[in-house]
Amino acid sequence: MQAVTPLVFALALLAAPAAAETVYVSNEQDNTISAIDGETLSVTATIPVGRRPRGIALSPDKRRLFVAVGDDNRIDVVDLASRKVVDALPSGEDPELFVVHPDGKRLFVANENDSLVSVLEIESKKVIGEIQVGVEPEGMAVSPDGQLVVCTSETTSMAHFVDASTYEVVDNVLVDTRPRAAAFTPDGKQVWVSSELRGTVSVIGVQSRAIDAIVEFAIPGVPRELVQAVGIAHGHDGRAYVALGPANRVAEVDNKSLKILRYYLVGQRVWHIALSADEKRLYAANGGSGDVTVIDLERREPVKSIAVGRSPWGVVTAP
Amino acid sequence: MSARHYRRAAAGIARRELLRMFKQKGRLAAALVRPLIWLAIFAAGFRTVLGLSIMPPYQTYVLYEVYIVPGLVGMMLLFYAMQSSLSMVYDREMGSMRTLLVAPLPRWFLLGARLLANTLAAIPLVYVFLFAARLWEVRPPWPGYVAIFPALLLAGLMLGAFGLLLSSFVRQLENFAGVMNFAIVPMFFASTALYPLWRLSDASPWLAWVAVFNPFTHAVEMIRFALYLRLEPAALAMTAASALVFFGLAVLAYDPGRGLWSRREPGGFT
Repeated sequence: MQAVTPLVFALALLAAPAAAETVYVSNEQDNTISAIDGETLSVTATIPVGRRPRGIALSPDKRRLFVAVGDDNRIDVVDLASRKVVDALPSGEDPELFVVHPDGKRLFVANENDSLVSVLEIESKKVIGEIQVGVEPEGMAVSPDGQLVVCTSETTSMAHFVDASTYEVVDNVLVDTRPRAAAFTPDGKQVWVSSELRGTVSVIGVQSRAIDAIVEFAIPGVPRELVQAVGIAHGHDGRAYVALGPANRVAEVDNKSLKILRYYLVGQRVWHIALSADEKRLYAANGGSGDVTVIDLERREPVKSIAVGRSPWGVVTAP
Repeated sequence: MSARHYRRAAAGIARRELLRMFKQKGRLAAALVRPLIWLAIFAAGFRTVLGLSIMPPYQTYVLYEVYIVPGLVGMMLLFYAMQSSLSMVYDREMGSMRTLLVAPLPRWFLLGARLLANTLAAIPLVYVFLFAARLWEVRPPWPGYVAIFPALLLAGLMLGAFGLLLSSFVRQLENFAGVMNFAIVPMFFASTALYPLWRLSDASPWLAWVAVFNPFTHAVEMIRFALYLRLEPAALAMTAASALVFFGLAVLAYDPGRGLWSRREPGGFT
């Protein structure tokens, strides 16, 4: 046994994939952002931010992190080099999720309490537009060409299609109950919207503005009511990932056939998920168990769960 | 006595044990089917039991199937060891061991050779089971299959020595059923083979204590850690120490001059 140890270590080193990336996770109840080193898979920094941080996104130059701090009604700007909050943007009341527009100049923010989407100009730090949407807007997505923004409203159960230049709602699509998140496919032809209460994903055609298909999830041994679809991540290889909340699973879905390829076991109440830049890994923020599960997509298995703060919510990867 | 004598004796014993294993097709099948039934049926009912806490050597949440496999490997070794000691009783009464034990070689060597031969015979079965378990998505890292070998060997020797010691107490084959009930079943259930220690201590603290002092627990944990490329020094030390103690006692017990055999005659004890 002792003699085997050096061999074991050598093999373990060979097996450990290296990724020079950092994963940022918002801890909703700790008012912090945890930074996880992608190589060592350990927490390297905990950055204090405003109250109730949820939605997070990288700036276009990937040097700053925007953090929606809902209870402080603003968006904090974290400098990733110094790992400090260096600025704040006004966002309207109770920002939850937001998207950075591909032009890099604007943020589209869901204001949960006001049934609004605020358009925030980063440079001038001003709200330059407000769009009236359904009750409790949450999920936000922007099309790859930047023409459309989709917002989902939890209570109205609708996906609102917003023209990103005129700031007008151009269409509404009724989806399954309590839509939580929206995501465009990389080709921009479809929007996927997750339903928390029905535990499904509605696949909406961007041209037709109609539901093309509904993806349902059934996990052996897991009660139906625990399957609550939340975060969605699309890979460029034709695979998509859906976080299934209290089912403690992330589903891997074939983008074309919409077949569920497999379920990954993660921590409790998995909320949002993020792919690594090389799309070889998926990071899942587990709100209930306070950790982030790292899934190796090549080996097709979860490899590690890393303890972060209380109620990890949003997750992004940065170089 | 030259080294040649030792070699011949060891080779003879090994050949006999291996032949015996491959000739007993039913026993072979049973040794494989038993853990697979546990994995496929018993573990299926407990799928969602775990996954609430991460315990070493696992680095993330695991399904019950993943947890139970090292315990079932331990069970295979335990049952194999017990069946070998059962055949030891038989051999001693009327078979080859009767002749062998009077050979002019040290008793510890003869018993040790038989122990080693039995353990080596059981290990291929464990590997077949581990590969079959991949169908249930129990997929430890590939180097783990190499790292587990010395752990299997040591655990097998320890359990074999335990069986050998038990067999020295048993006069007749018929009494072995009692041994199974009073030694093997508690040894298996009061260990971390089926439930992690934190769950046992949730259920009852004394059960957790029994498990901590149960050598089978340490054998299973050593196997579990090795399978995931980790070395658990406490489990290794406990298993090695138990193996030495059991083997030492078995050698003593089999010594006609000093051990239990001398007290057997004429009626012996049963």
